[in-house]
Amino acid sequence: MNLHGVLAIYGFEMNRFLRTIFQSIASPVLSTSLYFIVFGSAIGSQMTEIGGVSYGAFIVPGLIMLTVLTESVSNSSFGIYLPRFTGTIYEVLSAPVEVGEVILGYVGAAATKSVIIGTIILATARLFVPFEIVHPLATAGYLVLISVTFSLFGFILGIIADGFEKLQIVPMLIITPLTFLGGTFYSISMLPPAWQTVTLFNPIVYLVNGFRWTFYGKADVNIAVSLGMTVLFMAICVAIISWVFKTGYRLRT
Amino acid sequence: MEPIIAIKGLEKTYDSGHKALKGIDLDIRRGEIFALLGPNGAGKTTLIGAVCGLVRPTGGTITADGHDISKDFRAARAKIGLVPQELATDMFVTVWNTVAFSRGLFGLGPNKKYLEKILKDLSLWDKKDAKIATLSGGMKRRVLIAKALSHEPKILFLDEPTAGVDVELRRDMWQMVRRLREQGVTIILTTHYIEEAEDMADRIGVINKGEIILVEDKTALMRKLGRTEVVIGLKEPVDTAPTISGHTPVVSDDGLTLTYVIDGDETDEAPADLIKKLAQSGLDFTSINMNRSSLEDIFVTLVEDKV
Repeated sequence: MNLHGVLAIYGFEMNRFLRTIFQSIASPVLSTSLYFIVFGSAIGSQMTEIGGVSYGAFIVPGLIMLTVLTESVSNSSFGIYLPRFTGTIYEVLSAPVEVGEVILGYVGAAATKSVIIGTIILATARLFVPFEIVHPLATAGYLVLISVTFSLFGFILGIIADGFEKLQIVPMLIITPLTFLGGTFYSISMLPPAWQTVTLFNPIVYLVNGFRWTFYGKADVNIAVSLGMTVLFMAICVAIISWVFKTGYRLRT
Repeated sequence: MEPIIAIKGLEKTYDSGHKALKGIDLDIRRGEIFALLGPNGAGKTTLIGAVCGLVRPTGGTITADGHDISKDFRAARAKIGLVPQELATDMFVTVWNTVAFSRGLFGLGPNKKYLEKILKDLSLWDKKDAKIATLSGGMKRRVLIAKALSHEPKILFLDEPTAGVDVELRRDMWQMVRRLREQGVTIILTTHYIEEAEDMADRIGVINKGEIILVEDKTALMRKLGRTEVVIGLKEPVDTAPTISGHTPVVSDDGLTLTYVIDGDETDEAPADLIKKLAQSGLDFTSINMNRSSLEDIFVTLVEDKV
């Protein structure tokens, strides 16, 4: 394995993150704080508890998930799209690195950023609402798993995209709406039965509920199902990326 | 000696059906400077891309220093440095960091001394902490060369290295290329400045429309295809062309100018002999002009012949 190569890509991407650390962290922390003020403190105080959890605490896992998903996708897609756009990708393609090593570098860095941002938001949330985490190790594990999976997804997006605007479309028009509809702000059981069935086709439901389970020990969906869906999505992303590099799709001519 | 790069039957057909390379056979010798010449769209960059892993060949095999570039890509690519034609650089990264990145990417641990030497050789040392975006085009080009050399390659590809580079820098660059060759690095370059190839290269390959038309030692090529024209201006017009040691000149319409053509395979003294004999023949002349055909003339002739 070309460990130096992996570390070079990883370090390069982390440096990019550090160069823009203020935007990288300030913007998600600010927007999440606003959610906590509006939904957690202001509106939340008027809401009843959901499954024995206060409304403010209930939305914490969903809001962390919202930021982690969008940040993972946009960081990772940008990370691989930028060298394609500027042409510097030639160097990675001509280097003695394997597909797995390239992914490890790019996706590893994007996932690291997401975990850092997710942790910061978790700490911020604690300032606004009191909550205890039932399975902290599982929370950490789930955060890493989700960050890696969606960084992989973002990597694919960055390879498929043929313009900067397309990088924005997926987080804005797919991830954010699906997360909002994925039970971030409500329990699925609050929906009419027909909509409950429809909601189960939204993959984000499984992520939000799996993450919520690690916080409070209960969720709308069984944790095994949540975990299974997350791993399945990750496997699909890995399969697509392997195909991309094997065929050279959009990378090699 | 085993060639450092062996290309056999290399083909590249793009999805559009365009055949960019049509069965290229080419051996690059260890330690030589090889110039690849060809008009735009001839397949130079595609050929380089195929060796470096940027282009997926549709047929044929390539080995670099004995390693198959697809089966044994790690070993093969570790030996190769590539300076691309386009000025593709990261904008906000410093010179030092981008060069250190390249070294790591190619699998080598940090070596500050070596990188310092490269940057000094390329007159980039005082710019090592500058962001690439702040550098001029010529300096960006040198940064790309530094990146390509960062992993101590045995083979260096320079795709149009002097495009957009000023005269002084170009001279520095060629000095560096010569130094590299002295260190045993094999260099393959493409250039539009044919006089540079003539000046620099040991061997020359001409590629046109995806085919190698000719590969020849530069001196042999000049000898075989080069010609010397000796143009004599006369005091008095002549009616008949004076044949001297087998050379019959072309006489101008006014009879005042004689043009003798001496082929490249004749001895180097042939023009001098001709003039001595001309003087002895009693013809009175006022001017002598000699033009040696350049590689450029040869190149144009070759490519035009194939069109």
